[in-house]
Amino acid sequence: MPGTTERVPIRTSQDVVVVRQRVRTLAAAQGLSLVDQTKAVTAASELARNTLEHGKGGEAMLESVANGARRGIRLTFVDEGPGIADIAAALKDGFSTGTGMGFGLPGARRLMNEFSIDSAPGRGTRVVVVRWK
Amino acid sequence: MDRIPILKMGPHLLVTIQVDMHDQMAMALQEDLTARIDKEKARGVLLDISALEVVDSFIGRVIGNIALTSRILDAETVVVGMQPAVAITLVELGLSLQGVRTALNVERGMQILARRVEAERGSRRPPEVRGAGND
Repeated sequence: MPGTTERVPIRTSQDVVVVRQRVRTLAAAQGLSLVDQTKAVTAASELARNTLEHGKGGEAMLESVANGARRGIRLTFVDEGPGIADIAAALKDGFSTGTGMGFGLPGARRLMNEFSIDSAPGRGTRVVVVRWK
Repeated sequence: MDRIPILKMGPHLLVTIQVDMHDQMAMALQEDLTARIDKEKARGVLLDISALEVVDSFIGRVIGNIALTSRILDAETVVVGMQPAVAITLVELGLSLQGVRTALNVERGMQILARRVEAERGSRRPPEVRGAGND
């Protein structure tokens, strides 16, 4: 299973549900505990919604990863939307430009073990998160 | 679009969310429920989320809005059955669901709503009846 990447297009809010379901399946297959599965699925839901709402749609890439005997999942969310001008502000609780509460990015960051974001105005946004078992 | 069914149980409304809701579905539930509270003059809303495996910030916000709106319409909302893993995740996410009444299960939630209706009946009783020694 390691090495295969599952791609899920994010065009509608129904696709966000599909991302949640696929992440759940992958996290369970990698042996994550129920709480860790729930954290990863919730983070994925926040990030997928960001991709849809702020990025005007995009794609999720879901992969199983391993570091020695340690297993985990890596989720990448990519869009070609307007990008984020002030990433530091976007990572603060309560910062929101859309319909959410502003917990999307900072919440997803807290729920995962690794978090990285690459974005600039006009270049879209790429968020990569990892949750280890 | 699929809609979440709203059942009437006496003076209360019962909503059992059995599916993984997409955002529009959650918004539709909020609107449908508000309309039903008004139409039925409901006193309480029981929101059973025991089948929900994920509550993210959007669904959390909808739950909070349902509780707030129902209160403004003089109906109490009790959210029941949240899975422990969901509760842990919500706290870490940063959502406290402040002002949302919760109970462990449907039975306890119904007790909370029933007590409220009872208390109101008691307070509406004329003073002479209250003093008659039947309490």
